[in-house]
Amino acid sequence: MMDGLQKDVFFADIGALEDIPRLGARCVKTPAGDIAIFRTARDSVFALRDKCPHKNGPLSQGIVHGESVTCPLHGWVISLRTGAAEGPDVGCTPHFAVKIENGRVLLAVSAPL
Amino acid sequence: MDMVVHQAQKLVVVGNGMAGMRTVKEILQRAPGRFDVTVFGAEPHPNYDRIMLSPLLAGEKTFEQIVINSHEWYINNNIELVAGEHVDWIDRETKTVRGANGTVRPYDVLLLATGSNPFTLPLPGVNRPGVMTFRSVADVEDMIAVAAPGKKAVVIGGGLLGLEAAHGLNLRGMDVSVVHLMPTLMERQLDASAAHLLERALTQRGMTIYTSANTDHFDGDGEDGAVTAVVLKDGTRIEADLVVMAVGIRPNSGLARAVGLACERGVVVDDHMCTSDPAIYAIGECIEHNKQCYGLVAPIWDMAKVAADHICGVASSAFTPVASGTRLKVSGIEMFSAGEFLGDKTTEDVVLRDAARGIYKRLVLRDNKLAGVVCFGDARDAGWYFQLLKDAQDLADLRETMIFGPVAASDPSEALAATPESAEICGCNGVKKGAILDAIAAHGLCSIDDVRARTKASASCGSCTGLVEGLLKLSLGAGYAPAAVKPMCKCTSHGHDEVRRRIVSAELKTIPAVMQALEWQTPDGCASCRPALNFYLLCAWPGEYQDDAQSRFVNERMHGNIQKDGTYSVVPRMWGGMTDAAQLRAIADVVDKYNIPAVKLTGGQRVDMLGVKKEDLPAVWKDLNEAGFVSGHAYGKALRTVKTCVGSEWCRFGVQDSTAMGIALEKATWGSWHPHKVKLAVSGCPRNCAESTIKDFGVVATEAGWDLHVGGNGGIKVRATELLCKVTTEEEVMEYACAFLQLYREEARYLERTAHWIERVGLKYVQEKMVDNAELRRSLYAKFLHAQSYAQKDPWAEQTEDKQAQKFGAMAELA
Repeated sequence: MMDGLQKDVFFADIGALEDIPRLGARCVKTPAGDIAIFRTARDSVFALRDKCPHKNGPLSQGIVHGESVTCPLHGWVISLRTGAAEGPDVGCTPHFAVKIENGRVLLAVSAPL
Repeated sequence: MDMVVHQAQKLVVVGNGMAGMRTVKEILQRAPGRFDVTVFGAEPHPNYDRIMLSPLLAGEKTFEQIVINSHEWYINNNIELVAGEHVDWIDRETKTVRGANGTVRPYDVLLLATGSNPFTLPLPGVNRPGVMTFRSVADVEDMIAVAAPGKKAVVIGGGLLGLEAAHGLNLRGMDVSVVHLMPTLMERQLDASAAHLLERALTQRGMTIYTSANTDHFDGDGEDGAVTAVVLKDGTRIEADLVVMAVGIRPNSGLARAVGLACERGVVVDDHMCTSDPAIYAIGECIEHNKQCYGLVAPIWDMAKVAADHICGVASSAFTPVASGTRLKVSGIEMFSAGEFLGDKTTEDVVLRDAARGIYKRLVLRDNKLAGVVCFGDARDAGWYFQLLKDAQDLADLRETMIFGPVAASDPSEALAATPESAEICGCNGVKKGAILDAIAAHGLCSIDDVRARTKASASCGSCTGLVEGLLKLSLGAGYAPAAVKPMCKCTSHGHDEVRRRIVSAELKTIPAVMQALEWQTPDGCASCRPALNFYLLCAWPGEYQDDAQSRFVNERMHGNIQKDGTYSVVPRMWGGMTDAAQLRAIADVVDKYNIPAVKLTGGQRVDMLGVKKEDLPAVWKDLNEAGFVSGHAYGKALRTVKTCVGSEWCRFGVQDSTAMGIALEKATWGSWHPHKVKLAVSGCPRNCAESTIKDFGVVATEAGWDLHVGGNGGIKVRATELLCKVTTEEEVMEYACAFLQLYREEARYLERTAHWIERVGLKYVQEKMVDNAELRRSLYAKFLHAQSYAQKDPWAEQTEDKQAQKFGAMAELA
């Protein structure tokens, strides 16, 4: 979880839902590294740190299926909802709150100081 | 003494359509030689399957493929066909008919099978060129003459016929709109929920649907110029290059009416299909029986039997309309409806919805009996429901589980055992349970393929495969041992080969359509099956299938090879490994400009630039494109390189120009997608400096010509090639190489290298297919070239367009 959630959290508009391909992802650049924003077949969105817990593969470049993504480097399957590795693999990548309002994608970020 | 001369009676049939010819066939079966038959047909064709006009329009079938009875059939059965001449008069006194061109034929028995005419809305502009109907081959030819990708078609009428026309035009690449008067599509066959699912599915296929839309007039150039738009009553204007009017049909009873036969909407017939003149019978869409007209094929087949019984005088059967279900497929979606599917105050509903799979089933019950049924997206159990409906079976025991079909209702093998012999198992080919059991017993069939070959059951769309397997099990008991098939992945129980077969036979053309038809167990597959399906569809439907970027592995989506730090490597194509100063200078400039950290020569005789940042990719490609390079596909399940040696041009041992041969092969094969990566090589002499014998397709020059080797690879387990054959000319090398690649594309499983494929099927199999069989080889070659006409597009050039480039950059930047 984002450690700023108990602090002053607000949702930043990062773009239109249509900017993300269905069953695909786009990245948001932040000072702390890239965050991957995924869109499922049913238009749910999820946000994960763009690094696989295995060997830091860019999850945004993986194949999205159901509510999971398969890492392009070594095929780990990561849950979009929790960031946790599925199946026999163990590991977890941070996930972030994200929502859709009026077709815009809003990502939870802590207020700038 | 009087001689008794047995003279054939004269039967004249007016109408060369499906109803008339079916009756003639029934008559020939009952009383061969009894009649001299003359058939008048207004269309200048032999008899064809009108139901197949939609595939004809879509270009999926040719006219020859939809002909039911060829000219030879008429000749062999001694039938006179007067084609292209409609009958304009019947003299009932003298019992003669007269055609429009003056052909006169006497009759003892006359059969009217004049069918129906499309109904045309009498709106302003209806006579403009470009406004047409959809009823005959001539209509389809008119449409095809106008249809072209990107042009606009408007179909008026969202019923069965209209949507078939829309589907066909959509497959021709036209921008299709459907205008429907009623609030929901196909209201005569579907309830509102199913119609909504259909509308959604058609919209997803790119059509625009207007419901509750009333057409006002057709706009065009000037007074009577070609149509340019359809204008609705509410003022909406829909651009149109082509308008298809499919709002309904009316019985073609004009001739009967003119000669004084009793007519209402159609030609009135009794239970024996006899008109008000005892010498004249009528059948099909032109008739009216008990105030009812007919447009579906099943009751018309029943009429044909009854009419034949009476015309031949062999039985006194009577036409009794039975409840008929409508089973249809629009745009690959299965639908079925029967009975009172809308329900009323006295009925109850049992409904199943599976939104993810786009399935909707509704059973309408009255007094614990099935009164009506609608199935959308899954019509496998339609036959069972229809039987329950016809039998008016009491459903007390079945009620709780029947929505899940007969399998859930009881032990599936018991249900199948209990199904009557007359029940239809294969809807596509009309094969009944009894026929399949008989074939299994008579010919000792023991596999699905045997049954398909012998009876055609399960050979088309394949949705009855489970039932046919069940029948094999019933017949053979423990003796039935289905071949164990490894499923493609955890999302399905089907193996690769079955999936590929079904894609082709059921004409599945999108990933969701495959998943729907083959009952995928996950909503959108996984990282293992999606790339495989994407390739299989691409291979089966070149130029037609829309490549799905999200189902491609990252390298093929990014057109570069992802490296362990998330950067990419870029490899431009160097034809046959040849380069020059200008190319090398351009590469050097790119390396400097984008600070590319490493440059390496590859094993495939080209230059690899490693460590390119994702956001730089489009710019790097643009610079390389401008220097004349195209993508080397060094990242894809695709044609990689054609390695060559310098050959007879430079080498003192070289016997053929291997470099030129290699360049020609690479120019012909680049851009092709395959089950796995494919590498070629051409060596100029048997010393084999291009290492042709560890390539997927390796060519080695000899004094006499060229040796062709296949199925080699380096990799974890080295495998040397096997000799496919020897050829003499460059043209042969080209034909064999392309044919081999096409066979591999069509038959290997995804991620199976040529080496593993050949080990599985055997070299002999490949030789039989493309060395011994010249015809098949040429057809494979032609198919490869056809696919290449769509595939040879440089992905780099396509990607550098600005709008595409955005996917390589960040969506947003947060400070």
